[in-house]
Amino acid sequence: MDIIKKITRRSFIKKAIITLVSLELVYVFVNLLKKGGETKVSSNLFAAGDIDLFEKGRVYPFSTERFYLSRLDDGGFLAISTKCTHLGCTVQFKNSDNKFLCPCHASAFNKHGEVLAPPATSALDLYNITIENGEIFVDTATPVKRAKYNSSQITYA
Amino acid sequence: MNKPGTQKAITKFLLHLHPPKVNAQSIKYTRTFGLGGIAALLFVLLFITGMLLRFVYVPSEKGAYDSILYLQQEVIFGQLLRNMHYWCGMLLVIVSFLHVIRVFYSQSIFNERRKNWLYGLLIMFLVIMSNFTGYLLPWDQLAYWAVTIMTNMLSYIPLIGDPLANLVRGGAEVNEGTLLRFYHFHTGLLPLLMVFLMSIHFWLVRKAKGVTVADSSKKEMVPTTPQLVYKEIVVALSLILILILFSMLIDAPLLEKANPLESPNPSKAPWYFMGFQELLLHMHPSFGIFIVPVIVTAFLIYIPFVKDLQVNVGVWFNTSVGKKVTIWSAIYSTVFTMLIIVSTEYLLKFQSWMPDAPVLITTGLLPLLLYVLPTFGFILMMKKHLKAGKLELIIGLVSILLTGYLVMTVVGSLMRGEGMHLFA
Ligand code: FES
Repeated sequence: MDIIKKITRRSFIKKAIITLVSLELVYVFVNLLKKGGETKVSSNLFAAGDIDLFEKGRVYPFSTERFYLSRLDDGGFLAISTKCTHLGCTVQFKNSDNKFLCPCHASAFNKHGEVLAPPATSALDLYNITIENGEIFVDTATPVKRAKYNSSQITYA
Repeated sequence: MNKPGTQKAITKFLLHLHPPKVNAQSIKYTRTFGLGGIAALLFVLLFITGMLLRFVYVPSEKGAYDSILYLQQEVIFGQLLRNMHYWCGMLLVIVSFLHVIRVFYSQSIFNERRKNWLYGLLIMFLVIMSNFTGYLLPWDQLAYWAVTIMTNMLSYIPLIGDPLANLVRGGAEVNEGTLLRFYHFHTGLLPLLMVFLMSIHFWLVRKAKGVTVADSSKKEMVPTTPQLVYKEIVVALSLILILILFSMLIDAPLLEKANPLESPNPSKAPWYFMGFQELLLHMHPSFGIFIVPVIVTAFLIYIPFVKDLQVNVGVWFNTSVGKKVTIWSAIYSTVFTMLIIVSTEYLLKFQSWMPDAPVLITTGLLPLLLYVLPTFGFILMMKKHLKAGKLELIIGLVSILLTGYLVMTVVGSLMRGEGMHLFA
C-alpha cells in the first residue's frame, strides 16, 4: 500500500484542512445559488371559470398561466402543463390533429397528456384542480410529475 | 549589447512568457499552428470587448434585449463591438478544441506534460461554459430556448439531475434570476478562474521546456526575439485584421425578444452542444447526457496515465502506423455514425418493437451496444491488419469518438430542419 505509507501526520493534517476549507466554500456557494431561486409560493390558485363554460371533449388554452384545461368526454378535467417533458419547450394544442405538438423536436401528446410520439418519454405534467361551487381552481404553483396517465388523475365535478 | 530602453524593456517582459532561446524546430508554424497563442490572444480580445460591452448591457429581463438593440442601433460601432465579441467567442471554442486535438495527436500529453493535459481539459470546459453563459445574455428567442433546452438536458442526470438543473437556473424555469447569475458567471467568476488556470497552464509549458519537437536530438537554438516574437506578432496582427473584417461583414444573430410562451421550430442548443442534442434523439437521456459523456471524459483524463505505452513524444500520430489508424478510424466513424443516425431515424425502432421492455434497455443499452460492438470489432481488426500497438489503438479510439461527435454536430445543426426531422 504505497499510498498509505506516503501519508504522514503532517501531510494528513494539511490535506484535511484543505479539504475542509474547500468543502465549506462549495457548501456556501451552492447555498448562495439556491437562495436566489427561493421565491416559491406553496400554492397559487388560478380561477379558470365555471364548469359550464367548458364543453366536453375540448381543450382550452390558458397560455399566460402555461397550462391547457382539457375536459374529457366523460366530463372530467385535467389541467395539463404546456412544458414539454423532453427538453422543456412549450407545446401547443392542434385542434385539427386533436393532439399536443411540441415544435422543438416533434414530440406529440394526446388529450390526456400521454406520449404519442417520442423523443419525450413521459406524459405531460399536471396541475392540481379543485372545484368549489361549480368553479374551477387550478394550482399553478406546483406541477405534478407523472410517468404515465391513469384515470385517478382526473378531477370530476 | 546596447539596446535602446524600450526594446530592452519589451525583451525583458517577454522573457516572463518565453525563454531567451528556443529550439529552432519548435517555432515552425506547422509544429503548433500557433493555436495556444491564438486562444490566449482571443481571450484578451474577449476581455477587452467584454469590458466595453458591460457599459451598455443591462442584465435584467426588461432591459437586456433593449440594451442590445440600443447598442446596435444608437451606439457608434456598437454593432461592430458586439460582432467582435461574438465571433471571438465562437472562434475561441473552435481554436481551443483544435488546440486540444493538436497536443493529443502530436503526443504532447505524456510524462511531464500529464498535469498540463488535465489543466488544458479543465480550461476547455471553462471556455465552453463561458460561451454558454454568454449565449443567454442577449435574451432573444435563440438564447432563451437554447438555454432552456440545455439546462433541461442536465435534469436527465440520474439522482442529482433535477436539483442540479434548478441550481443552475435558480428555479424551475429560465427567468430573470437565471439571466443575472449567468451574467455574473460570464463576466466575473469564469474569466477570473480562467486567468488563474491559464497562468498555471503557461507556466507548466515552460517547466516542460517548451512545446514538443519532432526530433529531440536536434538541439539547434535560436534567440526568442526576434525569431519567435516576430512570428507571433504577424499571426496576432493578421488574426485581429481578419476578425475585424469578418465582424464588419457578418452580424451576430439576434432574433425577437425572448417569449417563454412560444418556442420557435426547431429549437436548437448552441452548435457546440448539438452533438449532444443529436445523441439525445437516438438515445435515452440518462445515457446520452450522463453515462456516455462521463465515460468519454474519464477516458480522456486517463490516457496519459496508461501504462507501457511506446510514446514518441512530439511525433505526429506517434508512428506511420498511427497515421494510418487515424485515417481509417476517421473514415470508419464518419460512415458508421451516419449509417446509425439514418437507420435509427427510419428503421430501428426498438421501443415500438419491444414496448414492454424498460426504456433504459430499449433506448439506452441497445443503441449503445449497437455502436460499441462494431466499433470494438473494427479496433480489433486494425490491431490485426495494421499491426497497431496500444497507443495507436488509443489514438484510433479517440479519432472515432471525435469524428463521431463532429458528424453528430454537423447533422444536428445543418441537416435538421422543422420538427428536428432529418433533411426537412
Ligand atoms: S422539447 Fe419537446 S420534443 Fe424536445
